[in-house]
This record gives sequence, structure tokens and C-alpha cells, in this order.
Amino acid sequence: MRTVRIGAGQGFYGDSLLPVLDVARYGNVKYISFDTLAELTLAILEKGRRKDPSGGFTRDVIPMMRNLLPICRERGIKLITNAGGINPQGAARAVAGVARELGLKLKIACVTGDNILDRLDELAAQGVTFKDEEGAQTLADVRDRVYFASAYLGAGVIADALDRGADVVITGRTTDTAQFLGPLLHEFRWARDDWDKLAQGVVLGHLMECSGQVSGGNLQIGWEAVPNLERIGFPVAEVSEDGSFILTKPENTGGAVTLRSVKEQFLYEIHDPTNYITPDVICDLTTTKLEEVGPNQVRVSGTRGKPAPSTLKALLGFADGWMGEGYISFSWPKAYSKAKRAAEIILTRLEMQGVRPEETRVEYIGINSLWGALAPEPADEDQINEVRLRIAIRTRDKKACEVLAREFPPLLLSGPPTASAVAGTPAPRELLGLWSALIPRELVEPQVQITIEEV
Amino acid sequence: MGRSVRLIEICHARSGDKGNAADIALFANDDAAWELIRRRVTAERVAEYFRPVAAGPVERWEVPNVQALKFVVHGALGGGAPRSLRSDNLGKTFAAALLRMEIEAEE
Repeated sequence: MRTVRIGAGQGFYGDSLLPVLDVARYGNVKYISFDTLAELTLAILEKGRRKDPSGGFTRDVIPMMRNLLPICRERGIKLITNAGGINPQGAARAVAGVARELGLKLKIACVTGDNILDRLDELAAQGVTFKDEEGAQTLADVRDRVYFASAYLGAGVIADALDRGADVVITGRTTDTAQFLGPLLHEFRWARDDWDKLAQGVVLGHLMECSGQVSGGNLQIGWEAVPNLERIGFPVAEVSEDGSFILTKPENTGGAVTLRSVKEQFLYEIHDPTNYITPDVICDLTTTKLEEVGPNQVRVSGTRGKPAPSTLKALLGFADGWMGEGYISFSWPKAYSKAKRAAEIILTRLEMQGVRPEETRVEYIGINSLWGALAPEPADEDQINEVRLRIAIRTRDKKACEVLAREFPPLLLSGPPTASAVAGTPAPRELLGLWSALIPRELVEPQVQITIEEV
Repeated sequence: MGRSVRLIEICHARSGDKGNAADIALFANDDAAWELIRRRVTAERVAEYFRPVAAGPVERWEVPNVQALKFVVHGALGGGAPRSLRSDNLGKTFAAALLRMEIEAEE
């Protein structure tokens, strides 16, 4: 049976640029796919684009391509990425610039049509309700504050771009799993309604989209025994034409691909495992078979798929107030008591200045900053060497956040003793509400376009 | 009252975010643990455990092919990652918190 090897390059915007080099050099792969977009990322990119209109894509695509293109051109490895974010043309221009700088010939495909920000009213007029899947929000409530709006496109358009000879495919909000399913559709010419094969391709994409998280990273139990995380091997899959595949990693890299590491990623952030919904197919993950078949080799097979949904999910982000925050540390003795007293002083001072936050969060780093009320109170304060206080507030008014930040430094002289490490006054950060809605495919897909540029 | 066991002794887990919900998978280490968590770690139990930090509700699925329970804890992340004031705005530590929960090991 025919097989093809595919590797993972990045699990999010900001992921390490190093492991992909091992995938390219030692992974023996034909394709490398990058998933750079989390729900949070579009918000970050839109903030960047407002400061600099040429931005809006994941900037690390530039150093990534500079490192990778020479190796990949030599070996004929094709690259697929959703680094385009909310500005795929900008990303494509940047990659073309890198190719020219390196003197490489390249066909770059740029996919657009996912960004529906400018079409919201038109879509609403065509009957799209934008009903919030989670809450009670309507578009009208936030219309003037919408920051970004992107529909999740599937793997078909990526396969089409590869069919047209692209060496690099750059998209906006195509799904995480589409980065991986796309090359398989192109390579094996699977029918786009061969649901079981598509479901296997989506499971492959899901297992690989978070890079090191399937090969020994973030392993909850047994992390101490994972070898050489310094040089973690990002996942590589050897895929058969029937859709089954063996998940592994490049030779001589660190990390570990085990049944346990694969299981943890298998159910990561998928919600209902019987209906893992993508634009390409709905997968029943309770049908998948996982087997450890050798060192760093897990075989994955058997996933059943159901027909693709008639709607696409869209993610919208809207401005939702400001976050102000501040930090200050205290040492033994009674570090925790001092930090609590400092919090009282700061919150009272906000009141004295008429600041009434919509929400206030007080965290004690070293005690409960991650778990909040779930963290047990320490039994013996004498054992605590130091505590760092963090206070965060949400307000409608940016200025109120500045008042909070301003109240931390004075405690160095006029608060409980041993106060230190105030670390300046962090600038207020604009908060974004997220909301997802379903849109009929036929209102989005006809607008999807592939533009190919030859450098 | 039977002997109690902490989930970390018999399970592993991973968690993340989706909108304003924490999404947690709890994996049994062996067949005995699987039978036990299936019976003991109910949606109600998990909702009650996380109530101090999450309004709920909690959805639960069984995934027998990997001997796992899947939980979606709604209202857990302060409005979702880019709106949240939480240091753990992505729900990464919910799995560890669940592993600290104790259940009755026998009747």
C-alpha cells in the first residue's frame, strides 16, 4: 500500500523554531504542516494589525521560512500553514520576500475568503442570525465593537492549492486539522465524502496540531522520565492510503511517543468525543484504535466518520473592556499575611478614587494564582518563603486600570514590610469577548479564493 | 465509609480551553481504575468539585476505547481566554486540580 510521511512544524504562534529543523532533516517527510492559530491568536493578531496595517499574520513565519526554505527546496518538502491569520496576503508577501532574499524559486498559494468581518451586515441580511453558541449574545449587542470575524475553512482548499502545484500554502483561519488532512487529500486523492478516511485524516491532524504535546510535552504523570525535552522531536506520521497511520518522531530526537502521550492529546480540547465536528467530517473518536507497536511508534486506525456539517463555525471577537493589573512580592516572615494586607490597601485605595471594577481578581502567586478557590490554604505560614500578589481588574474605562497600576509602587515605602519586585506598572490591556456562530457553507465557500504567486 | 483514593494515584489527565469552558480528559491507568472512575466520577461530582471556580453545568462522556472520561466544565474561564482575568486563562491546570480529587475506592 502507498504511504506518505508528514511532519508537524509548530503548534501555535510563538512555538519553538528549532524542532521543525529536525523534522525537515531527519523526518523523511514530504509535507510539513503548521498550526499557528488558537482561539486567542486571532485576537492577538487583530491587535497587532491595528497598530500596523501590514501585520495581522503570525510574524514568526518569517524567521521560520528563512531557516526552513533552503532545506525544503532541496528535498522537495511542501509547507502548509495557517500563519495568514487575518491577513493571508500579508503573510504570502512576507514569505515571497524571504524566497527572493534567499534566491529560491517557489510557488506560493494564498487562500482568502475566511475573513467575514466586512460581510457581517450582508450575511445578516441573508438571514444569518449569528446566534451565540454558548451565551445569549446577539450580533446587535456588540455590532459596533466587533474586532474580528473568521469562518473556519476545511482541508479541501488546501488540497486544491497543492493540486495546482503550490510549494507553500498560506491560509487564514483554516482549521487546525485541515493543515494535515489537506496534503493527504492531495496525495491519496481520497473522495471528499469518504468519511472514514477523512475521519482518520482529521484524527491525524488533531494528534499532530499541538506539536510537542503528543511527543512527551505537557505529560501530566511521568514527565520526569521523558528524555531530552531540550531537543524534543515534533511528531511525524507515516500514513497509509487506507487512512491508518503510525505516529512517531524523527530519529535521535528527545521526547517520547507512547500510548499515554498519544491518548492525552487524542482527547485534548475536543468536547463531545462522539461528534468531533470539523468542516470536513464529523468524527466519532470512540471508534479509534490506538496501539503501541514499537518504541516511539503508535498505530492509529479505525475512526468512523459521519457526513460533514452543512454549516461552518465562525469565531467572532469583540472589545469587552480593559484589564488592569499589578504585581508586588513579600518575603518571610508572614509573607502571605503581608500580601493579603497589601491587597486590602490597594482595593480600598481604588474605592477612595471612585474606581468600581466590573470584576476583581486577587491572586497570591505561590499559593493559589492558578487554582483560585480550589487551592487549599497553607497549613503553616512559617514554611512560606515568599508570596507574590497579583491584582487584576476589568473596567469599561482604560483610565481606571491605570489607577490600579499606580497604587502598587507606593507600597514599597508605605505598606507592609519586605515589599519588592514591583516591576513597573503594566499597561492596561484591552479584553476581547469571543463568540462562535454557525453559518451556512454556501454563504462562505463561494468567496474562497486561491491566488498563486511564482517567485 | 470505605477507603478513599486520590485520582492522581490511578489516573492521568490533560485539560485546555474552548471558549469559556474548561475541557478535561481523565484517563484510567488500568481496568480496575476504569471501572472505578466510571462509577464514581459522575458529572454531578465533578460539578460540585469545581463549583468554587466554575458556574457549570458539567457535561460528561465515556470514551471506553481509551478508558477515559471527558468533562466539559462550563463557565470556568472568566469569559474565555482573551477576556479572562485568570492567570490560568487557558484552563491548563484544571486536569491537575481534578487529579487531586478523592473518591471512595470501595463500598
